[in-house]
Amino acid sequence: MSNFNSAAIEEFNGGVWVFCEQRQGEMMSTSFELISEGRKLADELGSKLYGILLGDDVEGLARELGGYGADGVYVCQSPLLKNYTTDGYTKVICDVVEQYKPEVFLIGATNIGRDLGPRCAARLHTGLCADCTHLDIDVPKYKEFLRSSSTLAPNMIDAIKEDDRNLKMTRPAFGGHLMATIICPRFRPAMATVRPGVMKKNEFDKARADACEIIKPEFTLTEADMQTQVTEVVKAAKKLVDLIGAEVVVSVGRGISKDVQTGLKLAEELAEVLGGVVGASRAVVDSGWISADHQVGQTGKTVHPRIYVALGISGAIQHKAGMQDAECIIAVNKNAAAPIFECADYGIEGDLFKVVPMMIEAIKAAKAAK
Amino acid sequence: MKIIVCVKQVPDTSGKVAVNPDGTLNRASMATITNPDDLNAVEAALTLKEQTGAEVVVISMGPPPAEGMLRELMARGADRAVLVSGREFGGSDTYATSQILAAAINKIGLEDEDIVLCGRQAIDGDTAQVGPQIAEKLNLPQVSYAADIKKDGKTLTIKRMLEDGYMTIKVNTPCLLTCIKELNEPRYMSVSGIFECYSKPYEVFDYETLKDDPLIDATTIGLKGSPTNIFKSFTPPQKGAGMMMEGADKATCEQLAGLLAAKHLI
Repeated sequence: MSNFNSAAIEEFNGGVWVFCEQRQGEMMSTSFELISEGRKLADELGSKLYGILLGDDVEGLARELGGYGADGVYVCQSPLLKNYTTDGYTKVICDVVEQYKPEVFLIGATNIGRDLGPRCAARLHTGLCADCTHLDIDVPKYKEFLRSSSTLAPNMIDAIKEDDRNLKMTRPAFGGHLMATIICPRFRPAMATVRPGVMKKNEFDKARADACEIIKPEFTLTEADMQTQVTEVVKAAKKLVDLIGAEVVVSVGRGISKDVQTGLKLAEELAEVLGGVVGASRAVVDSGWISADHQVGQTGKTVHPRIYVALGISGAIQHKAGMQDAECIIAVNKNAAAPIFECADYGIEGDLFKVVPMMIEAIKAAKAAK
Repeated sequence: MKIIVCVKQVPDTSGKVAVNPDGTLNRASMATITNPDDLNAVEAALTLKEQTGAEVVVISMGPPPAEGMLRELMARGADRAVLVSGREFGGSDTYATSQILAAAINKIGLEDEDIVLCGRQAIDGDTAQVGPQIAEKLNLPQVSYAADIKKDGKTLTIKRMLEDGYMTIKVNTPCLLTCIKELNEPRYMSVSGIFECYSKPYEVFDYETLKDDPLIDATTIGLKGSPTNIFKSFTPPQKGAGMMMEGADKATCEQLAGLLAAKHLI
């Protein structure tokens, strides 16, 4: 394995691959997002798109991936792959990658993907870019992205050579203060973990799903390869909040500290009137006032709702990194200098405990009047 | 028994961050701190030390001033410290960094009952890659996102967090774990610790120290040995501020509701 990457990069013509993560026989939605994004990259490269699916008795999940754009799915099944283990999954993936030589390999940046990706990249001696939020092959498209999403001077953007065919992997760094585009010019596959909820899912196409090829690659995996043993998998008792898919997110920050219970209750009521869910800043999660699945921001989730309401959130850059792409941002904060107002469409300088009840009434009335 | 904890000194990104005109970070203008998740790893090591009498070794790759951080960690209770530092190591990405740290851990010597601990991720890069990559280079089993660690002889039982629950994983030493903040509450330095930290063993490993390890090769370390390169770095545009509304009363809220309705947002 160690001399694996002495192979010339031209030999890696096995297409674009996506690790399709399933848990307990259920496909993670990020797999569909990555297949959709992978389709675009494969088209730009003029190559094919494949999913790679590991598990025990999971073949039935494969074809659906075709509906989002996969030309085929490599299905690797073994009782030893039933639960995710670093050892088992890394061994099988590296074996199959070595046989088929993909040029690009995408993995969802879930807690499992971020365990698996670096281990595979280290074994394959290739580069991995973590938690990407934007991917390009074609330079003209990348330039277009820079024009809309960077503060680079136009002449610096124009100067980028158009013939670069590396996967350009863009991600936030330093808590979102900087963006960096990373390439892996000397080794293949170019690997990226991709932030869940960022890439858009294609429309499901049944004809494509029916045409999706199922491939069963050879691999060997024995008990002796397993150095860790999963003794139980426990699902959280509470149903987790779906922040990523929410149309409306009402988030609370340190501003609720005066009366946490009332602050949370007001946020819930406002979220209910608007048809949304409750989010929170890191400070609120760290204080233990709400569970971590509610956290919005660089270390939490990235959300794209139609309406984002920030109640008592100062707006650290780490928080903004997770919500600034919302269609409409409303901020309520007692401090007129709070940075959250710099990205808010509508700002109200005031005490959330006083403003939110009035807001709830006004929105109810406006909805009733429609 | 030894517990080797990998730590990193990082710019404090929670405060004001200054960016140079060329899109790089103005590190000189920023305060540095010990990476927060790494403090949880150190605390986990000190807890295991109390239970087992293990020796705790902290190790960091970085420039010479990182000595201050390592002394501080010895003041918290670590027994000795190693700084991996050298021009040859500069510009390393996660792959190259893991090669170098793995070689340094080999130099310290990893025995049958030893454990390597890392923080889940550093707040400057947020990659979470170096821990697993060190494990791969040392051929150790890894468990990441550890929220609870129980030790019974050579067997560790780890609560490994997932987004929607957790797994319980059993693994034997030697192994590598990455720690998250839910694992513990890091202790402070003690007064006696502060007195002792300058007399505890402190070593610097440079290129000369590590160059005989097979992991150290011009093609696998530093900028030249890094599989990934920065193609461009830039600052994201700040979304323009919108409208600051007049007042904070009933009329303000009604005006807001009217604006949302007019935009068909409600």
